[in-house]
Amino acid sequence: MLSVGLTHFLVISVVLFSLGIYAVITRKNAVMVLMGIELILNSANINFVAFARYGDFGLQGQIIALFVIVLAAAEAAIALAIVLNIYKTISNINVDEIDTLRD
Amino acid sequence: MNLEHIISDLVFVKPELAISVTLVLIVLVDLIFKEHKKVLPYISILGLLFTTIFVIEQFDISGHAFKTSAGAGLVTVDNFGSFFKIIVLFASFVVIFFSINSSEIELVKDRHGEYYTLLFGMILGMFMMSSSADLIVLYLSIELLSLSSYILVGMLKDTIRNSEASLKYVIYGGVSSGIMLFGISLIYGITGSTNLYDINTIIQGQNFPFLIFLLSGLFVLVGLGFKISAAPFHFWTPDVYEGAPIPITAYLSVASKAAGFVVLIRFVKITFIDGVDEHGNWQLLSIIDWQSIIILLSILTMTLGNFAALWQDNLKRMLAYSTIAHAGYMLLGLAVMSEEGIMAIMVYFIAYALMNLGAFLVVMIVANKIGSEEIDDYKGLGKSMPFLGILLAIFLVSLIGVPPTAGFIAKVMLFISLVDANLITLAIIALLNTVVSLYYYIRVLKNLYLIKVEEEKPDIPVSFANGILLVILAAPILIFGIYFTPIINFAKESATILGF
Repeated sequence: MLSVGLTHFLVISVVLFSLGIYAVITRKNAVMVLMGIELILNSANINFVAFARYGDFGLQGQIIALFVIVLAAAEAAIALAIVLNIYKTISNINVDEIDTLRD
Repeated sequence: MNLEHIISDLVFVKPELAISVTLVLIVLVDLIFKEHKKVLPYISILGLLFTTIFVIEQFDISGHAFKTSAGAGLVTVDNFGSFFKIIVLFASFVVIFFSINSSEIELVKDRHGEYYTLLFGMILGMFMMSSSADLIVLYLSIELLSLSSYILVGMLKDTIRNSEASLKYVIYGGVSSGIMLFGISLIYGITGSTNLYDINTIIQGQNFPFLIFLLSGLFVLVGLGFKISAAPFHFWTPDVYEGAPIPITAYLSVASKAAGFVVLIRFVKITFIDGVDEHGNWQLLSIIDWQSIIILLSILTMTLGNFAALWQDNLKRMLAYSTIAHAGYMLLGLAVMSEEGIMAIMVYFIAYALMNLGAFLVVMIVANKIGSEEIDDYKGLGKSMPFLGILLAIFLVSLIGVPPTAGFIAKVMLFISLVDANLITLAIIALLNTVVSLYYYIRVLKNLYLIKVEEEKPDIPVSFANGILLVILAAPILIFGIYFTPIINFAKESATILGF
């Protein structure tokens, strides 16, 4: 009988992390890029909770995860406000086309 | 950790408390006295004065606060952190005076409350960064700094340049801090602790899987490298610096970079140190070869910064690339891995803060009047603004590192520490880089003084307050260029990092 162990969680978190990086690199829509960032943060969260549960390190990891969740929410709020502001100004949130600043 | 300890440890975070109180005060005054936005900068300055008193009081006191284990706590107070807090405070004073006179900030008159509140959010983040000894406190304070600065960069909502800069900043910043958090989670998984001192004790005793430790160390380096804008994590710097309001650009280039350096030095030294010999050289644990990584990073950073600056037409963008190059020079001080190198970084930061803030202030005064930062628009301005022209020349000459300026002393200290550590090749590379940087700084001066223009250039008046501020920034550059013993002694006193 297969039981769920630390490895399973770590594999999931690495997959999420890679998907997050992939989304950030390939997506053109700013909101999708922000979702990629969210995936990266949550993959770290899974790591923290899994290590705390299986590593016998006490509750520290789970409390860190709570902090990170709050922080991710704050970051998402600010980033979405910025995207909304750009959309109001130029009616476009394609990150490739927002390029007035460049060499 | 019980309540009594927490309350008695509050003494160690007095400066941070003063900043928090000022932040709340600004919000309240902004809400209650809606018609009196003009007092906000003065409240900020008052708050900063109190903070300065507390930081100076804290000098020469060192200790761990908010202990989570027997030896170490969430926060450490030492001279090293206090030194960078003073740099941050100095930059904050100057930037608040900048903001009073900036025509860009004047545009958002109704949102001055937010502006100063967020500025204090940044200061609080940087203070926590300077004294954090725990990876999670470190991460949270970096995010506090970042989240405030994302908004400040995009303060002028209607200008597309501003909004674009803040979008780029939030995306790059979010990704790099996310990668850093992933690295922290791996370190936590391997060692079972997030405290730098505890991690050091744990990894000294045992053998850890080399590859995974290297990977997590590099992940953390991504987040820290982003803050000091080291290549290859520098992509945001030119865009954000060009797009942001000039006071914020100046602030990011000095204070935020200073805080990034404290964290980087603390992370590398405390986490991986094995011992310090009698000459002050660090013996790092062999688990990660930090010296090679930092050397590689610094060569890449300064070369890229200097060469990219050659092609810039916008003075603000050129200064952005020049700050990247300067971050590269300062990384050399860390690459030496000794007390002498850290001292060189500190002397460099004193000079860098003065000359960079000064250069940006001149750019701001000129942009207020002619509405442009293009280097071509500076043609022939040397005649119509004799005072500003001479001061800009002083700042740029100091940025090159020509005697008799503070920039020269800073570079000399850096090169001496490199030669003492037998890194002569590295010193030569840095020297060649300085020669390259000569070209783009001199180009601005050439436009100011040597190019004749037919059309009449507008007079650029300097207000009394701005004049005083410029002299306050320029005079020490010349004084420290000749009489440099005090700054070197000050750096020497402050180079002690708690613990080793």
